[in-house]
Amino acid sequence: MRLLAAALAVFATTTLAEEVTTYQLDNGMDVVVIEDHRAPVVVHMLWYRAGSADEPVGSSGVAHYLEHLLFKATESVDSGEFQRIVAENGGSDNAFTSYDYTGYFQRVAADRLPLMMQYEADRMNNLVLTEEDIVTERGVILEERNQRTENSPSALAREQMRAAQFLNHRYGVPIIGWKHEMETLDMEDALSFYDIYYSPNNAILVVAGDVQPEEVLALAQEHYGPLPVEPNLPERFRTQEPPQTAERRLIFEDPRVAQPYISRTYIAPERDAGAQEEAAALTYLAELLGGSPFTSALGIALQFDTNTAVYSGAYYDGLNLDDGTFGMTVVPAEGVTLQEAENAMDAAVAAFLEDGIDPERMEALRTQLKAGEIYARDNVGGLARRYGAALTSGLTVEDVQAWPDILQAVTAEDVLAAAERVLDRDQSVTGWIVPSREILQ
Amino acid sequence: MIRYIFAAFLTLSAASAHAQMEIQEVTSPGGIDAWLVQEESIPFIALEIIIDGGASLDMPGKRGATNLMMALLEEGSGDLTAREFQAKLEGIAASFGFSAYDDSISISATFLTENRDEAIALLRGALIDPRFDEDAVERVRAQVQSILRSDAQDPDSIANATFDAAAFGDHPYGSSLDGTVETVAALTQADLFEAHRNALVQSRIYVGAAGDISAEDLGALMDDLLGNLPVDGPELPPRVEFGLDGGMTVVPFDTPQSVALFGHAGIERDDDDFFAAYLLNEILGGRGVESRLMHEVREKRGLTYGISTYLVPKTATEVYLGSVASANATMAEVVDVVRAEWELMATEGVSAEELEQAKTYLTGAYPLRFDGNAEIAGILASMQWVDLTPEYIVHRNDFVNAVTLDDINRVAAELLNPEGLHFVVVGQPDGLESSD
Repeated sequence: MRLLAAALAVFATTTLAEEVTTYQLDNGMDVVVIEDHRAPVVVHMLWYRAGSADEPVGSSGVAHYLEHLLFKATESVDSGEFQRIVAENGGSDNAFTSYDYTGYFQRVAADRLPLMMQYEADRMNNLVLTEEDIVTERGVILEERNQRTENSPSALAREQMRAAQFLNHRYGVPIIGWKHEMETLDMEDALSFYDIYYSPNNAILVVAGDVQPEEVLALAQEHYGPLPVEPNLPERFRTQEPPQTAERRLIFEDPRVAQPYISRTYIAPERDAGAQEEAAALTYLAELLGGSPFTSALGIALQFDTNTAVYSGAYYDGLNLDDGTFGMTVVPAEGVTLQEAENAMDAAVAAFLEDGIDPERMEALRTQLKAGEIYARDNVGGLARRYGAALTSGLTVEDVQAWPDILQAVTAEDVLAAAERVLDRDQSVTGWIVPSREILQ
Repeated sequence: MIRYIFAAFLTLSAASAHAQMEIQEVTSPGGIDAWLVQEESIPFIALEIIIDGGASLDMPGKRGATNLMMALLEEGSGDLTAREFQAKLEGIAASFGFSAYDDSISISATFLTENRDEAIALLRGALIDPRFDEDAVERVRAQVQSILRSDAQDPDSIANATFDAAAFGDHPYGSSLDGTVETVAALTQADLFEAHRNALVQSRIYVGAAGDISAEDLGALMDDLLGNLPVDGPELPPRVEFGLDGGMTVVPFDTPQSVALFGHAGIERDDDDFFAAYLLNEILGGRGVESRLMHEVREKRGLTYGISTYLVPKTATEVYLGSVASANATMAEVVDVVRAEWELMATEGVSAEELEQAKTYLTGAYPLRFDGNAEIAGILASMQWVDLTPEYIVHRNDFVNAVTLDDINRVAAELLNPEGLHFVVVGQPDGLESSD
């Protein structure tokens, strides 16, 4: 009996929804604390509102390059020391760069939080790079590009399509950078990005796990509080898209393509602060058109009612600062041409818009989204990422917390209306990805 | 009725994370064993079922049968077609995963407490009474063949296939468990029923569960879920030795970055020296940027985005493998560095400081693995599969800490074989050619 009681005590604190507390330090740094007391572990994340879309023209890839360089020496810390300290404490760490943010995280025993803050705060301001760092790490990011992009025809095709999709916005430039610009990145590129954007008034601290909010605040004030405000932090404004009035089509040829396929993207609105309804409707649209192959419109039409495709899918992610994309992909079955597959895809979408949406499907999706919130609570690191990504994409904590209810409120009419607005071929790019044009003869 | 055989209250104490878990050993009335961590704060359950055997049970000429069979378990059962099955699954927001590996198959299920009975009924149908309808077979067959065609043009897959074929020949380990375009084309519905009959058998089942369920309920659920499976299956394939000598195999492929797979024979999971080898691998190429190989190849020379090595103890053999990618112009230099590091480690071993750092990392990281219901269920099932007891969790860090500098350096000399290291490089690497 004693045994069972002791075991239960560990999991005594049960919460029905994540408990979130927010603060702002005097230097403008935002702090988000998510409590999860099931295990004595903490995730410490620092997010900067600076991603590849904030880079100066001509130095694409510098945000990601700088992310790599942040693991080098500072005035008081040796190169690689922070990672070694994390490892010696049994933790794991990494960093990531996207269009709208750069983030760093460590996952460690909860009482190691002060140590993480000490190092993370230090490298916000005190980085000391050598010319050797610049050269070797540039080699590393070029190899990363080789691995992720140059060796992958589908990644190369995606790059070309995004470049065609965005006429004027930096989302058309790859996060990792164009190779010819990456090759020229230097000390000055890295440091000028660092000096402006790596500042407390441009950062969001997310701490999730077995912590008390007021203790996190006290630690944040101690470690991050003294960091100086960057007075010249520019307003976050990217060149915006003009009206897109002409359909774009491309054929991407690469002999390494084993399986030809079609990809279509449309420009699509993102989640906006206080106005997430359109994005919520598009979230349903992606599921209804091309979520599960067994129940979605494309899946049923192309993989069940006919044998047109071996794969079909639709996707949408509304978490960007500016307009993003809504996409569809079809991989034709053996013996089906790309033109036939594209026609079938367009016919399936047209039929979906014409026939209306089965209320049962709407209900099933609502149930899944609701259940997804329950499953999400099992992964506190995931919850932390949710807040970090939202807050660096122009949303507020209130927006994040309102999102599940906004999703529940979406109606079939909302979905169809959003589809009518977004699925406009004048705002689209269609790519045919093939080993050689010869197969199109 | 549930027989409680064992309930261990475990305190994982390392670095300073004290994760505490109660593992309950449950035996169902019908005699099926499971381990459970009951954790009621979130109303869902994660279930992980591992069944020993896997794709190695493919019959002669039927390569790919187990894999295709597993992919079809979610495609209809009993009186439900594939679409009806999936619509029901979506309606209760449960998710199932069915995977085939060389030595096992795995079934993962996540479902809400409130939908437990419906979820188990669906999963039971998938496991006990799959339909393998002709249209479903053709659809999934085409998907597998599409993947096989893509793999044939993917440098990593080419490297794996080349390495495995050279190392293990006709043994199942020598070929992809996906099969070939030809073998998959030839599989019949009868082959799939046979693969199902052979792979899903009670005597080889290991169950882990975590989340909002009691031992009593889990016991009853297991009999319902698995009680109708056949008791025993065919013999597992015989032991096979790693059959590749040291050298170099270059597979020409027109791509900017070469990828390499390298390795030689490894060490058994239950070898007395396994923990020494595990620590050794951490230091050589296991632990991310902290490893010697990452330091030499990436941090110092900027020649790769990543290089790693891993011990692969399989049921019928053991391998020590590594992988790396580098531009065609620099792969030859990478190979030289790897060989030199292998030699240096074999002859001089690790320093006391390196050993200490690796121990601190491994022992500190261990409790952090128990991170969520699905992870815990997976660990519980895997532990049973490799024949560990629940107490292992308590003692595991002691095993790590017990490794001495003499142990690890003796194992370095025994395990690492610089001359025996074979590289398979796919790409157009400057200055590298196949050895004989």
